[in-house]
Amino acid sequence: MDPKGRPCDSNWARSSSLTSPGNGLQTNLSSNPPSFYGAKIEAPFKQFNQTSGEFNKDTKIPDQESFPLSDSSQTIKLQDWDPSVMLNNLSFMEEKIHQLQDLVHLIVNKRCQPFGLPDQLVTQEQQLITADLTSIIVQLISTAGSLLPSVRHTLTNTNTTPLIGGQLGQLRGSTAPFGSGPGSGIQTQNNSGSKLFDHSTQNDVPKNCEVEQKYHMEEHETKDEDDVEEGENLPPGSYEILQLEKEEILAPHTHFCTICGKGFKRDANLRMHMRGHGDEYKTPEALAKPHKEPGSEPKLIKRYSCPYTGCKRNKDHKKFQPLKTILCVKNHYKRTHCDKSYICSRCNTKRFSVMADLKTHEKHCGKDKWLCSCGTTFSRKDKLFGHIALFQGHTPAIPLDDTKGGPSGAPDLDIRENNSMDFCFGSNSSSENGVQNIMDVKVNIDDPINYFSPLNFEGCNFGGFNDFSQPPFEDSEGSFSFLMSGSFNYAPKSTGESNSENL
Amino acid sequence: MLKKQKLLKTQQQQRNKNNPFEVLSEELVFTILDFLEGDPLAKKSFSLVCKSFYFVEAKHRRALTPLRTDHLPAILNRYSSVANLDLTLCPRVSDNSLALVAGACRNTLRRVDLSRSKFFGGNGLLSLGVNCCNLVELDLSNATELRDGAVAAVARARNLEKLWLARCKLVTDMGIGCIAVGCRKLRLICLKWCVGVGDLGVELVAIKCKELRTLDLSYLPITEKCLSSIFKLQHLEDLVLEGCYGIDDDSLDDDVFKQGCKTLKKLDISGCQNISHVGLSKLTSISGSIEQLILADGSPVTHALADGLKELSLLQSIILDGCLVTSSGLRAIGNLCISLRELSLSKCMGVTDEALSFLVLKHRDLRKLDITCCRKITDVAIASIANSCINLTSLRMESCILVPREAFVLIGQKCHYLEELDLTDNEIDDEGLKSISRCSRLSSLKVGICLNITDRGLAYVGMCCSKLKELDLYRSTGITDLGISAVCRGCPDLEMINTAYCTSITDSSLFSLSKCSNLKTLEIRGCLLVTSIGLAAIAMNCKQLNRLDIKKCYNIDDSGMIPLAHFSQNLRQINLSYSSVTDVGLLSLASISCLQSFTMLHLQGLVPGGLAAALLACGGLIKVKLHLSLRSQLPEALIRHVEARGCVFEWRDKVFQAELDPKCWKLQLEDLMQ
Repeated sequence: MDPKGRPCDSNWARSSSLTSPGNGLQTNLSSNPPSFYGAKIEAPFKQFNQTSGEFNKDTKIPDQESFPLSDSSQTIKLQDWDPSVMLNNLSFMEEKIHQLQDLVHLIVNKRCQPFGLPDQLVTQEQQLITADLTSIIVQLISTAGSLLPSVRHTLTNTNTTPLIGGQLGQLRGSTAPFGSGPGSGIQTQNNSGSKLFDHSTQNDVPKNCEVEQKYHMEEHETKDEDDVEEGENLPPGSYEILQLEKEEILAPHTHFCTICGKGFKRDANLRMHMRGHGDEYKTPEALAKPHKEPGSEPKLIKRYSCPYTGCKRNKDHKKFQPLKTILCVKNHYKRTHCDKSYICSRCNTKRFSVMADLKTHEKHCGKDKWLCSCGTTFSRKDKLFGHIALFQGHTPAIPLDDTKGGPSGAPDLDIRENNSMDFCFGSNSSSENGVQNIMDVKVNIDDPINYFSPLNFEGCNFGGFNDFSQPPFEDSEGSFSFLMSGSFNYAPKSTGESNSENL
Repeated sequence: MLKKQKLLKTQQQQRNKNNPFEVLSEELVFTILDFLEGDPLAKKSFSLVCKSFYFVEAKHRRALTPLRTDHLPAILNRYSSVANLDLTLCPRVSDNSLALVAGACRNTLRRVDLSRSKFFGGNGLLSLGVNCCNLVELDLSNATELRDGAVAAVARARNLEKLWLARCKLVTDMGIGCIAVGCRKLRLICLKWCVGVGDLGVELVAIKCKELRTLDLSYLPITEKCLSSIFKLQHLEDLVLEGCYGIDDDSLDDDVFKQGCKTLKKLDISGCQNISHVGLSKLTSISGSIEQLILADGSPVTHALADGLKELSLLQSIILDGCLVTSSGLRAIGNLCISLRELSLSKCMGVTDEALSFLVLKHRDLRKLDITCCRKITDVAIASIANSCINLTSLRMESCILVPREAFVLIGQKCHYLEELDLTDNEIDDEGLKSISRCSRLSSLKVGICLNITDRGLAYVGMCCSKLKELDLYRSTGITDLGISAVCRGCPDLEMINTAYCTSITDSSLFSLSKCSNLKTLEIRGCLLVTSIGLAAIAMNCKQLNRLDIKKCYNIDDSGMIPLAHFSQNLRQINLSYSSVTDVGLLSLASISCLQSFTMLHLQGLVPGGLAAALLACGGLIKVKLHLSLRSQLPEALIRHVEARGCVFEWRDKVFQAELDPKCWKLQLEDLMQ
C-alpha cells in the first residue's frame, strides 16, 4: 500500500511537480495514488500498468515534450473513416463493457463483506473502484463518440484514442509527461484491442507531425491571437512554464466524478455533484475549495506554453510569449490551431472555434446596422464615427430606405441587401453616364399626370443608374467587392420604379 | 447664289457702319451692363433693343430667379453663363429640373438656392453634386422631407463651401457624416433645427472640415462632447449655439478647450439656459478675440456675468435680449475697458434709468442701441443717451411708455447720424418729429401707434429725410392724406409704407404714393376710404410692388384687381381678407406669374368654383390661407393637386371681426398687457 514502492512512482512524482499545486486536477491525484491500481484491481489495471510501463519505455526519447502531438498517424487513418478502425473500436468497447461488468460485480461483492476491514481501508477501496469505473466509462464514451462521423469531423486533428489518453491524464491530475507520451492513449487501445500499430511506426510519427505543424504554423503566426496582453515582460526564467497537451486542451471536461465518471468543467460543480454520492462528500472539508499543498516548492509565477510547435506561444519560439492562464491556453489553442466549426446560424458566414465567441457574435449578429463605405459594420454608431474620423475617405453608408428620400417610406430591407444597393457602381462611370443622360433629358417635367400620385415624384431617374442599379443581390461576396473599391456611391432607388420613369 | 452672298455681305457692312454698338467690344458692353445691376427693368429693355444686345445681355447674366421650372430648359438655353440660380420662386422643383440645371450649367454654376422649394430629392442633388464641379454654395433650408440619402448625394459636391440645411429635420448623423467626409472645403454650415443631428455628426464635421468659419448649431441636441473638436477648428469665426440645452456649466470643463479658439469673433449662446456666468467666463477666457456676444434669453445679467467679459478686449457688441438685468450687471458692463459699438437690451427686465445712464456714459461710441420694452426708463435715461451717444445710427425704443414727449426732441437735437429709429408706441408728438427730421440720413422710421403725431410733424420728416425708405404709421390715426403726400414728395426712395388703420387715408394718398416708383411693400389694412381707383394708380406706377395688404379695405373690389393683375407683375403676396373682391378679381390675379401667397378670409363674394379656378390658374402658389369652411366645399382632388404643386393650405377658423375705433383698440391692448 505504500505508493513509494511502485515502479512508476517516479514518473508520477514528476508529473505532480509539474502540475500547479493550485490546479484543481491535483485533488484527484492526491486522493487516488496511482500505484494502487496495479495492486488492487485486476484486469483494467494491468492494462494501465502496461501503459505506464510502455510509457516509461517511451521516455527514453530524450526530450519528450518537444514532441507535442503524437497522434497524427491515427488521425490520418481515421480521417479516411476506415471501417476496420471502427471495428477495432467496437471490439475495444465490447471488452471495456465486460470489464465494467466485472467491476460492478466486484462492488457488489465488496458491499456484502465490508465489516472485516477498517473504515479507512474500506473507503480507500471504494475510491479506487470508483476511479477505475470512471476510467473505463470515460474510455467507453469517447470511443463511442469516435464512431460518430460528425464528432470526428469537429475534432479533425485530434483523435479519439488520444482523447482518452488526455482525459485519463487529466483524471489523474497529471500534465505534460503523462499525456505527452507518444501513443499513451494508443497503447491503451492496442493493448485492449487488436494490435494495429507497431512501435516502429509510432516512432516515425512525431517527425512527420512536426513538419506538418511547422507548415501550418506559418499561416497562423500572423494572426493576432491573444487573450493576454502582449505587453507583459517577464524576464525568461522568472516564471515556470507549463505546457498542456492538445488532448487536455481540447477535452470538453477537466474534472471528472470518480464515482460515476461524469465530467465537469469546474471543480466547484464537481464538488456539488459529489454530494449526491454520499454523506462523506457533504462534509465541509470535502466541499471546501482544495487548498494548495503546504509543503510544495516555493511559489513561482506560472505561465503556459502552447503545445503547437512553431507557435509564438510555444516555449520553443524565439519570441516566446507565454499565456497567462489555462483558460487563455484553451481559447488560444482553439482559436488559432483548430477548425472554426461553429457557424453563426443567423448570417451563416461567420465561423468560430470557441463557443463563447459564437454566442457573443450571435448576440449582435444582424444588429450591426452602422455601416461604413469600406464595408465594415459596427454595432454602435459612435464606433462607426470613430472609424470614419480616423480614416481618410471612409464615409457613412446610408441604408437604402433613406436614400429614397421621397414622401413614401420604403419598406425595410435586409441590411446586406442595402449594402449592395448602396454601392452599385464606380464613381467615374456614374458621373459620365449621369451627364450624358442629363443632356438627353427632354422637357417632360411637371407632367400633370404626376400630380395626383406623389409616389411618382421621385421617379425621375437620371439614366445611367439603370445599368448599374441591379447588383447581384444574392451574391454577398460580389457586392462586397464593390464595397472594397472604396468610393461611396449613392444608389438612387429601387430598380422597378426607375424603369417606369426612364427617360 | 454668289450674288446673293455678296449682297448680304455688303448689307452687313452697311449695318455695321450704322450701328455704333457694333464697334464696342463685348467687355465694354458688359461693363455698361454692370451698371444696370439692381435694375431688372432696365436690363430687360436693354435686351429688347436688338438681337445682339439680347445675346450680349444673356451672356452677361450671372444670376437667375426663375418663376417656374417649366421654363427652365428655355432660360437655361438662353443664359449660358448663370452662376447664381435662385429657385425659391419655384415651389415644385423636381429631380428632373435639377438634372436639367446640372446638365446645362456644368461649369458655371456656383450657387443654388432651394430654400423654399419642395419635391426634389437625392437624384436631383446627386446630379448637381456630380456635374457642377464649381458649385460652392447650396441652400437646402426647409427641405423637411430630405433624408440622409439625399444629403449623401450633396456630399458629392466636393468644392462646396457654404451649405445651409436649416430645418432638415429628417437628416441624421449619418447624412451629416457624409457631408463632413465629402465636402472638406466647407467654410459655412448651418444645421439649425436639424434635430436628428447629434454630437457624433457635429464632431465629425468639426474633425473633417478644417476650413470651417461659420458653424450654426442652433437647437441641436448636442452636448459638450462635440465642443472640444469644435474648439480645435483653426479658423472658426462664428459659432451659434442658440438653444442648445444640452450644454451646461459643468460640461464646459477646462480640458474641453485646451487649445482655445483664438479666431472666434462671434459667439451666440442665446437661449442656453444651462450656461450661467460660470460657463460663460470659461468660454470667454479661451476665446479672447470675440467681437460679438449674443446672450439673449439666457441667465440673468449680474455683476458676475459682466465680470466674465473683462477678458474680451475686442468686444464690440453685446446682445442681451430678454435677459433679466440687474443694475450692478449693467454698471459692470459700463466699467468694461472696451468701447461697445452695439448693445441690445430689448425686452430686458430690470433696466433702470440710473444704470442705463451710467452705461451709456462709459460707452460713448455706441452705434446701435436697442431698449425696446424697457418700461422703467424715463427721460433721464433718454437724455443721457442723447448726450453721450451722439454717434448712434440705430435706436430702437418701442414701447418705452414712461418716456415723455419732450425727450424725443432731445434725441433729434443730439443724434444726427440716426439711420434707423423705432419709436413705435411712444408719446412722441409733432415737436419730436420736427426735431427728429434733422436726422437727414434716416432711412427707417417707425412711428406706429403714436397717437400724438399729425400731418404737421410728418411733413417735417417728408421735407428733410430724403433718404427714407421705410415708414411705419400703423394706427397713427392723426395722419391724413396731407402727411402722406408730404412724405411722398420728399422721399422718392420709399420702399415700404404701412398706413394700416390710419382711417383718414383716402385714394389721394395712394395717388401720391404712386409717385414712389420703388415702392415694394404697401400695407393699407383697414383704410376704409381707399377704393379701387387708388389701388389702380399704385398698380400702374409701382411696378416693383411685391407685397400688398388690403385687408378690411371694404371699398376695394374686382375693378382694383384687374389693373393690379395687368401691371404688378412682381406681386408675390397679397392679403384680400374682408375686401369686396370676388372670384372674378381673384381669377384675374392668377395672371401674375410670381404670385406666391394669398390670404382670403371672410371674402363675401367668393364662391368655391371661382376659388378652385383661381387656385388652378396660379401655378406658383406656395401658401394659401383660407377659411376652414371652404375646405369642405373644395373638391379633395383639387386640394391634393394644388398641394402636389408645392402649395401649403392654412385653414383658419377665425370669427368675423368688426373694426374697433383706434382709441378703444389701444385701451384693449393696454388691458391685455396688464
